[in-house]
Amino acid sequence: MTSHIFDFAGQRLEARASGALYWPARRWLIVADLHLGKSERMARRGGALLPPYETQATLDRLAAEILATDPAVVVSLGDGFDDDAAGRALPDHFCDNLRRMAAGRRWVWVSGNHDPGALCPRMPGETAQELHEGLTLRHEAGQGPDISGHFHPCVRLAGQRLRCFLIGRDHLIVPAFGEYTGGLDVADRALSSLIPQGIAVACGNRAMPVPVGHPIRRARPARRIGR
Amino acid sequence: MILPPDFQDWFARQGWQPHPHQLALLEAEGDSLLIAPTGGGKTLAGFLPSLVELRDRSGGLHTLYVSPLKALTADIARNLSRPVADLGLDIRIEDRTGDTRASQRARQRRDPPDILLTTPESLALMLSYEQAPEIFGSLRRVVLDELHALAENKRGDQLMLGLARLKTLAPDLRVTGLSATVEDPQRLADFMGGGRVIHADPGPDPDIAMLATSRPAPWAGGGGHYAVPDVLNEIRRATTTIIFINTRAQAELFFQALWAENEDNLPIGLHHGSLAREARQRVEAAMASGQLRAVVATGSLDLGIDWGSVDLVIQVGAPKNVKRLVQRIGRANHRYNAPSRARIVPANRFEVIECIAALEAVRDRDLDGDPRGPGPLDVLCQHILLTACAGPFDADALYREVRQAGPYRDLSRTDFDACVDFAATGGYALRAYDRWQRMMLRDGLWRLRDPRAARDLRMNIGTIVEPESLKVRFRGRGGALLGEVEEGFAATLERGDTFLIGGMTVRYDALREMVVEVTKQPAKEPKIALYSGLKLATSTQLSHRVQALIGDPSRHGSLPPDTRDWLALQARVSALPRSGTLVCETFPRNGRWHFSLFGFAGRNAMQTLGLLMTRTMEVAGLGPLGFIATDYALLIWSLDPVTDPEPLLDRAALREGLGDWLGSNAVMKRSFRNVATIAGLIQRNLPGQRKSGRQATFSSDILYDTLRRYDPDHLMLKITAAEARRGLVDFGRIEEMLDRSDRLDHRMLERVSPLAAPLLLEYGRVPIAGHGVERLAEAEAAALMAEAGLA
Repeated sequence: MTSHIFDFAGQRLEARASGALYWPARRWLIVADLHLGKSERMARRGGALLPPYETQATLDRLAAEILATDPAVVVSLGDGFDDDAAGRALPDHFCDNLRRMAAGRRWVWVSGNHDPGALCPRMPGETAQELHEGLTLRHEAGQGPDISGHFHPCVRLAGQRLRCFLIGRDHLIVPAFGEYTGGLDVADRALSSLIPQGIAVACGNRAMPVPVGHPIRRARPARRIGR
Repeated sequence: MILPPDFQDWFARQGWQPHPHQLALLEAEGDSLLIAPTGGGKTLAGFLPSLVELRDRSGGLHTLYVSPLKALTADIARNLSRPVADLGLDIRIEDRTGDTRASQRARQRRDPPDILLTTPESLALMLSYEQAPEIFGSLRRVVLDELHALAENKRGDQLMLGLARLKTLAPDLRVTGLSATVEDPQRLADFMGGGRVIHADPGPDPDIAMLATSRPAPWAGGGGHYAVPDVLNEIRRATTTIIFINTRAQAELFFQALWAENEDNLPIGLHHGSLAREARQRVEAAMASGQLRAVVATGSLDLGIDWGSVDLVIQVGAPKNVKRLVQRIGRANHRYNAPSRARIVPANRFEVIECIAALEAVRDRDLDGDPRGPGPLDVLCQHILLTACAGPFDADALYREVRQAGPYRDLSRTDFDACVDFAATGGYALRAYDRWQRMMLRDGLWRLRDPRAARDLRMNIGTIVEPESLKVRFRGRGGALLGEVEEGFAATLERGDTFLIGGMTVRYDALREMVVEVTKQPAKEPKIALYSGLKLATSTQLSHRVQALIGDPSRHGSLPPDTRDWLALQARVSALPRSGTLVCETFPRNGRWHFSLFGFAGRNAMQTLGLLMTRTMEVAGLGPLGFIATDYALLIWSLDPVTDPEPLLDRAALREGLGDWLGSNAVMKRSFRNVATIAGLIQRNLPGQRKSGRQATFSSDILYDTLRRYDPDHLMLKITAAEARRGLVDFGRIEEMLDRSDRLDHRMLERVSPLAAPLLLEYGRVPIAGHGVERLAEAEAAALMAEAGLA
């Protein structure tokens, strides 16, 4: 697992290939859009019965990141739960799992548009609308400089669609960490109006920075015919 | 039933004699399958019993006609109106397709016409209504048109499940299937659920031959452009010509090549599935009114309205499949009892041999076709959910009913129950949805937990899963719609790239709100000629014929001289592939070792074999670098030579490799998406649903990976694996190839053999990329950063 280290708003940060953001100076681990309980919510609302394993998969990946970075603070940047009811309906063993991960550290659930309400008492940690640490941590980008989630940015690279960090001058947008989360292309107007020019860090097996919105001129190799 | 006097008079007034098969259908007692060539009055034959019965009956739906094409339903309505008016029959005939207005549909539900013309998808929708028993209770007859085409895919399986439902709702129902010539009529009748086969007079043998060309076919390539002047000559001599080409991209290129030399400005049109619907309809209308002298088409014109004026069919490129060739030939001259005229243009030397083998098969009336196997379970899952939409059902009764459908006659109760469980709970090992089941068992009957879910389920009806496609328009406000390209193709485009669509070269400018914007680039060679489309493999039977022809020098007299010399040279320096023997060669070239294998197992199987063999070579340390697969042969290049091919072809090792490789394979993910969409695990993307500015839905690949990791025995994975083995992976044909080869004839050569040489010119090379995609992405990212001055 590699990461891409960069400076944003005077802070040195680490975009990890997992899709989590690490702030070494403070030992903060920041993840966005976990959407825990998504398949349950879809089933509850009469939609498709998706494979009910995404909460397990998301928590497994989160636990691995916590083990790797041993953060003092974990921040979920909003939409930690697919809705407030999903937070309440989360099976006990997942809550235990989260409590174990939170033991010995501070845990903050920033509210998102999917989970605006109160935290279910079985969960560890505290809730907040925003965090102010010289820069703002919030769910959806606002007055910069801020770190946010919400958009699930992704980028196309060599024919693959990969989730990505999007780093601009005023905004840093973190990819969705949750398993069943779609993506919005960085070229989409909703994102390009926030960050007209910047760097996307694609999350594959490694973290791969690519320019976004920069004019590029280069000779391309001859196309393969008959792909 | 006999033909009533007023009907006899009507026939006489048209100057017609009723065909024997038309009378036979009238007299038939039970279900029937009519096999008739085009132009044999097939449709009238199918409807005659209904028209006679409807003379003395009124009230309620009497006859249901199902066709694979919307356009056919409208055409049939027009054609039937004439005898109905002439005979003074009081019969209401209406069509109902995806295009029918909602108000009309609602009225048809309350007050059905006497004869309803529809498609398999619209029938499935109607059967999902609570009122289905009232609508179909009075039904007496069902006519299934173009059944041979429907039986080739899941639309036919869905239709047969619907037919079983109809037989429950209307037990006196009689079914008439109408089909073009097929290799095994009884198998088609079994597919229909049983019935007597009636053969119409097949008519005279077609006038079919290779097109004599001024230049010989090239060594490799698939365009057939060398024959353009000869094809233009033929068009000039005929009244109307259809030119069939196997892929959309080749059709575009051939169309352009024709116009580049079309000095007489003959009106020639283009018709394929990537063109905008309006563009296709314009071409069809121009054909119908006789304004076009020729149309370049793909399989998009395999079915459809008969154009009486077509008197010549030209097939460019290998026919791949004898049955399809015969059906295409039938498109020429829709006058009964006149021979159809057709010419074949092989695109390269290998195809010359295939064309000659195919001509022999046509003359021998030896049609091909691989049995499709039992009805797929994803279609059954959809059927179960739609049955629940219509009302509560009893599982035992539904199981009995489903087994009345031909493709599902051997369905096991275990498989059926697994499908019901999937429909109800998702069928997961982790029973997570006990509270939110989609279907609940109450009082012994299965029903939807939330009846509002019926709306979403109905939106998901159908078994055709199109690859996500994007519209292509000229740049600027209200730019004209040119057609559609697959999303995967659009994703590879960069600004300034040029490609062909609608017979013109366009430049890619931007992707805006899910529309590909382009500018016209007159007189410029397109940079990207091909975009992906279905690659059809040569049928098993035809491949065998080709192998037998190559391997028997005494039959080489029927080949053109240059082809004959080529094979003679191969026999001298290496060996001719022949029935029962698998010929392979090892030779050096340009500092690389090459290994060729003439397996004749069809493109998909040969490609799979290439992937599996190169994996084994990788392990053996031979350093494989890439390979090419064609319908007949495989060519692998490597750092070290293959000296003993035996272990590479070990069946157990291949099968094991297949299991490993399939898991992470893109082909499997694509199959999974289709299966999961049909079964109702994921919603299909409806047009206009994806809007800019919102997160797109997550990809089905994530579901596939999650299931493989957490629930590897899930029903959807089983269906996907079964499907991939048959279809794109085609492992069955690799096994068949090994079965029929008792002997391995391996030659160590000093240089490339005559038969292997054209392979080096083929495109479609597959590079071996162990950790390739990731490395490629990294390299691309680094290059972009450097070029943007950011690294």
